[in-house]
Amino acid sequence: MSGATLASRRRRSALRTLAFMSPWLIGFAVFFAYPLLSTVYFSFMHYDGFRPPEWSGGKNWRYVFEHYPLFWPALRNTLWLVLVMVSLRVVFGLGVGLLITKIKTGTGVFRTLFYLPYLAPPVAATMAFAFLLNPGTGPVDSILEKTGLPAPAWFNDPAWSKPALTLLALWGVGDLMVIFMAALLDVPAEQYEAAELDGASAWQRFRYVTLPNISPIVMFAVVTGVIQTMQYYTQPLIAGKVASGVIQGAGTQFEPGYPDKSTLTLPQLVYNLGFQRFDYGSACVVALVLFALSMAFTALLMRRRGGLIQAGD
Amino acid sequence: MTQVLDPPVKPAPLVSGAARTARRKAALEWVAVHALGVAAALFFTLPFVFVFLTSLMSDSQALSRDLVPHTWEWGNYKSVFDTPGFLTWWRNTLLYAGLGTVLTVVSSIPVAYALAKFRFRGRSLSLMLVISMMMLPPQVVVIPMYLFWAKQLDLSGTLWPLIVPMAFGDAFSIFLLRQFLMTIPNEYLDAARVDGCGDLRTLLRVVLPMAKPGIAAVALFQFFYAWNDYFGPQIYASENPGAWTLSYGLESFKGAHHTDWNLTMAATVLVMAPVILVFFFAQKAFVEGVTLTGVKG
Repeated sequence: MSGATLASRRRRSALRTLAFMSPWLIGFAVFFAYPLLSTVYFSFMHYDGFRPPEWSGGKNWRYVFEHYPLFWPALRNTLWLVLVMVSLRVVFGLGVGLLITKIKTGTGVFRTLFYLPYLAPPVAATMAFAFLLNPGTGPVDSILEKTGLPAPAWFNDPAWSKPALTLLALWGVGDLMVIFMAALLDVPAEQYEAAELDGASAWQRFRYVTLPNISPIVMFAVVTGVIQTMQYYTQPLIAGKVASGVIQGAGTQFEPGYPDKSTLTLPQLVYNLGFQRFDYGSACVVALVLFALSMAFTALLMRRRGGLIQAGD
Repeated sequence: MTQVLDPPVKPAPLVSGAARTARRKAALEWVAVHALGVAAALFFTLPFVFVFLTSLMSDSQALSRDLVPHTWEWGNYKSVFDTPGFLTWWRNTLLYAGLGTVLTVVSSIPVAYALAKFRFRGRSLSLMLVISMMMLPPQVVVIPMYLFWAKQLDLSGTLWPLIVPMAFGDAFSIFLLRQFLMTIPNEYLDAARVDGCGDLRTLLRVVLPMAKPGIAAVALFQFFYAWNDYFGPQIYASENPGAWTLSYGLESFKGAHHTDWNLTMAATVLVMAPVILVFFFAQKAFVEGVTLTGVKG
């Protein structure tokens, strides 16, 4: 008797879980698992969307790694962005977070002003920076020239396009500022008092009290920064298109990465191969590279003890 | 007598001197910190200011290096609204962001609740998969998804391929809500059960009212996501200008007015303004969401 009720209670509890989880289970299967498997399948097929897909073995893979002229530049740009943009964003975010915890008058106003740029829609923000940094008419270069500093061509110069994107990313540092601010306020005050009694300087207090306390958050910011860099798409694409003066109609005809491939990122290659060259097979190869890189860093995020993201109980 | 009178005078300057140096140091620090604060505030706000000022310049002045308009051309904003398509982009954006947000919230709540409060085999695995999906760029599965929506269902040129998937939970929203629901003590759920509430009633009557701030944060993030999305509309809507959203249309606006920086900046302001207005009304929920997940918007 009681065994039967236990079994039926178990079954009911399993059904309940299934019912509550069902939206995501369906979504996971239809919009993720199935297309991911198809992506693997298409990466071995020659497919242009018109003729039926045809087995081509490792041809797409060889093409992407050996002959596709945009792949290695995009990977090199990604490395540059990880090394320069991500680290500058973390340092700057920490600095602004520190500053906001020290500001005693008008804290709310300052915090809101610092945070706002993060909210600016990427297309609009990039458009704004394309104007601000525009060599002929932009206010930044006219101010630089007035003060006698060199005025670079920013989005029109391969050497300056990524620094210009970095500037845009630093402008939108609000997310990191909020995270660091919360972490800094969590550092126990007694530790600062003890350090002060021992005669520690401001730098020593930062180095030996603040940093050890917030290091998991710094690590979190670095890893999520790297993951976001893998997805970096709208800003470099818009910056390149606006600076090159391409007029967009309904069309797809533009050379990505202007100037001189310097703003190419991996997601742009999926678009270029799939929707400009109609080489769906090779697009899937790049998509899988993107998948592998993102997953590797996500694993790092979940693996680390000290709990960056705790998936388990 | 003089010896009695003198001592209180003598150490006094010493004490007040030390106090004065401490106070002076504090005052100096205050000034330094706030000066730095003002400098940072300029860095964060001046781009908005320059964009806004340029949006009010005349056509010819927008091409000059002036920073402040000679004449304030408020008519620029009217010209933007009169641009063919601009109002359609607004309508489409509201449809995508509004309907998408409602669908995401409704479909993500039960999943987040199960992940936060039910005990079942595969829970940790499900959560890990949710987090992994959250970290994946949409480009990873876009080729088969596009072929599915465009070739099999013939829905390219519409926003439905972007809206329909939102009825099946969104990884980021599920994760954020789950983090929030974890903070609700189990005692409330037990009490509801003792009172004879079923799971659905417990969720609707007990959990949801307590989870309002979390739901507000998810709704905001999702609204902003759809508002800002460029890649989605580029893939599915590009062939049909009648389905463009503001984020997608803004760039073509630049293309059509490639030397009219004043009009382009006016359009830029009109795309930024709603997001910033929404933020001012819901600042608290938003900041809470950022600290809760620490991931992205």
